Amino acid sequence: TSLSHSRRVLNKGEILWKCCAISWWGGVQMGPPDPILGVTEAFKRDTNPKKMNLGVGAYRDDQGKPYVLNCVRKAEAVIAEKKLDKEYLPIGGLGEFAKACAQLALGADNEVLKSGRNITVQTISGTGSLRIGANFLSRFHGGPRDVYLPKPSWGNHTPIFRDAGMQLKAYRYYDPSTCGFDFKGALEDISKIPEQSVIVLHACAHNPTGVDPRPEQWKEISDLVKKRNLLVFFDMAYQGFASGDIDRDAWAVRHFIEQGHNIVLSQSFAKNMGLYGERVGGFTVVCKDAEEAKRVESQLKILIRPIYSNPPMNGARIATTILNTPELRAMWLEEVHGMANRIIKMREQLVAGLKKEGSSHNWQHVIDQIGMFCFTGLKPEQVERLTKEFSVYMTKDGRISMAGVSSGNVGYLAHGIHAVTK
Amino acid sequence: MSIFSEVPQAPPVAVFKLTADFREDSHPQKVNLGVGAYRTDDSQPWVLPVVKKVERLIVEDSSLNHEYLPILGLPEFRSAASKVALGEDSAAIKDNRVGGVQALGGTGALRIGAEFLRRWYNGVNNTATPVYVSAPTWENHNAVFADAGFKDIRPYHYWDAAKRGLDLSGFLDDLEKAPEHSIFVLHACAHNPTGTDPSQDEWKKIAEIMKRRNLFVFFDSAYQGFASGSLEKDAWAIRFFVSEGFELLVAQSFSKNFGLYNERVGNLTVVARDNENLTRILSQMEKIVRTTWSNPPSQGARIVGKTLNCPELFAEWKDNVKTMADRVLLMRDQLKAKLQALGTPGTWDHITQQIGMFSFTGLNPKQVEFMIKEKHVYLMASGRINMCGLTTKNIDYVAQSIHEAVTKVQ
Repeated sequence: TSLSHSRRVLNKGEILWKCCAISWWGGVQMGPPDPILGVTEAFKRDTNPKKMNLGVGAYRDDQGKPYVLNCVRKAEAVIAEKKLDKEYLPIGGLGEFAKACAQLALGADNEVLKSGRNITVQTISGTGSLRIGANFLSRFHGGPRDVYLPKPSWGNHTPIFRDAGMQLKAYRYYDPSTCGFDFKGALEDISKIPEQSVIVLHACAHNPTGVDPRPEQWKEISDLVKKRNLLVFFDMAYQGFASGDIDRDAWAVRHFIEQGHNIVLSQSFAKNMGLYGERVGGFTVVCKDAEEAKRVESQLKILIRPIYSNPPMNGARIATTILNTPELRAMWLEEVHGMANRIIKMREQLVAGLKKEGSSHNWQHVIDQIGMFCFTGLKPEQVERLTKEFSVYMTKDGRISMAGVSSGNVGYLAHGIHAVTK
Repeated sequence: MSIFSEVPQAPPVAVFKLTADFREDSHPQKVNLGVGAYRTDDSQPWVLPVVKKVERLIVEDSSLNHEYLPILGLPEFRSAASKVALGEDSAAIKDNRVGGVQALGGTGALRIGAEFLRRWYNGVNNTATPVYVSAPTWENHNAVFADAGFKDIRPYHYWDAAKRGLDLSGFLDDLEKAPEHSIFVLHACAHNPTGTDPSQDEWKKIAEIMKRRNLFVFFDSAYQGFASGSLEKDAWAIRFFVSEGFELLVAQSFSKNFGLYNERVGNLTVVARDNENLTRILSQMEKIVRTTWSNPPSQGARIVGKTLNCPELFAEWKDNVKTMADRVLLMRDQLKAKLQALGTPGTWDHITQQIGMFSFTGLNPKQVEFMIKEKHVYLMASGRINMCGLTTKNIDYVAQSIHEAVTKVQ
């Protein structure tokens, strides 16, 4: 047949040549799908009309739709009127943004800002900020290479620090038996951390557990961290989004600074301004004095330039306009309060729904936890059932994004959770 | 005692310092021929008319929001960007073996590419693979590859200062002598900073050696369309190498040709042997992106994506690009003519032979210092000028200043 004529046996030389000529990339392994974003992919493929995406942490309104803040729309209109050019920003980003960003975190009358002993640069949202910080520590921190994360922490923390050349360790944080804070365990572990190591603290609305220390607990942690002479790296991705009050959510950061910790701080405006895709963030180093801040700034620029040269303008412009225009700032504070409130309400409704379903478990932690995420306490097998049988998508650790819950589906969710836990 | 007390003051990035110094200068005739951004004949930044139009369309589109883009970026941007580089009728694209990674400008594309190569090229995590960059090259190339982990970054002969042109024999010699599998960073067109590109025949010679010696091709394409005014002409080298069967990377920037400098719009185009390889490569690119910036900014990609995917807007864009390219070509002609008319010593043909935004004038550091300090004409210590800084209003002053520098300062 013609087929057998066209196929012929390759001799060894040809095989070798073909192998060598095939590709540079034969050894490239298939990367595992990102666990968090992978959940959304699977959700999209599901055809069940009742499906719920409780995976990635992006806010949704009560209709389950993305929410563009009114203050953002207004700021965009203001900016469009100005007919600005598109010239490169400085490496450290928009100056006014960096200033407003630091003020938001520290409070406008903070001594650090007055003395100019902080350096704040605009970054590519929270991830970009963490990476710059990690790179900076890797290059300049004379202490141990170890970065201590709370157990558990945001999944991306580990690879970020690792790729920057740091090593990861953990301190106890979440207590699965209470679905709350393992204060005793945290203090015990922190007391053993070698001096000058880096400790990562979630400023508010801990991701993934939603479990935050109370102020008295923060005070003790601060004292202990000071005693151990640890370098504090605050990750604040939810300022305003946790309690609804920006000052309350920044309390821990401000307390530590007040107590004399020269912290490094990552901020994100993805959630609290809904600017996810615009990539708006800040990285701050609180230094000994203004002179040191200048030196640190110069080195941050050297780090940033070979990654992306300078940051994107659009989101930073929007954020700055909002923060620096009184009516827009007031509007923003109201809207962020509104988002936080809806989340809190959903927590309450979920617990009420579970009680109604007849669940005998204690679901108080759902209400006690704060911010976008809730560590339900569900085990992996239960999560799998919830996904397979009810098309409720969440991460394997039992974390749900409360933002994906609405008054329209909270009953269904309660039903599903009860079904897999009774 | 601060943990940062030992952090040394880093030197400022030269090109930005130049602009900072220029800004502080109050001399009425000052001219900035430093940083590489386009300027109109009124010395103003230029937001492309097509960009303004598309931005309005975006504002009016109430279906758009600010949600996260996928890790690899906006799909319609990525495919359109790769198509612009490789051509409408690209066989590689038809074969489904081309992919794009949206990145933060050309820099971001280079960095992601460099990180990928360090992890997966020529073995796993082989930081010893030599990386060759042209002598001279864009000053950030070195740091991009070094910070990505490469330990051995070397120059390849490129600029011949004596003849003010391409040192082809030096270049080819370096290619012959480079260890197998070395990475070569090639400027697709409008070489920065010299403005000197290989001819098509010269590219063919370069490609022949690179194929024979298994050298890796990494194109830096920051000026497509901006150099000659033609997208096709400026992408000839890239398309030739692809047609020769190379697997390669192209770091594309849309900063200059779209005037979208501060929106950070770039694309890393990956040309792989086949779709299966491409898929694995892109999965690893995702991992790298996730720990660098998670996902890229949406605004700039939307503007470029919309423009490239709509025939009318695409035509308007090509027109805008030609406007910029033509003005630069005009300034080249005029500068050369004026220097010749002044009888300035030396030959000035290189000004019109070079292409793109930059020109390597040939001025030495002392002459450059004279230009800056005495004449308030700001240019890089290498003698590089940004042609876009020239206008019909200042070209006489600049020509006169160059004339004085050459005749008064040795």
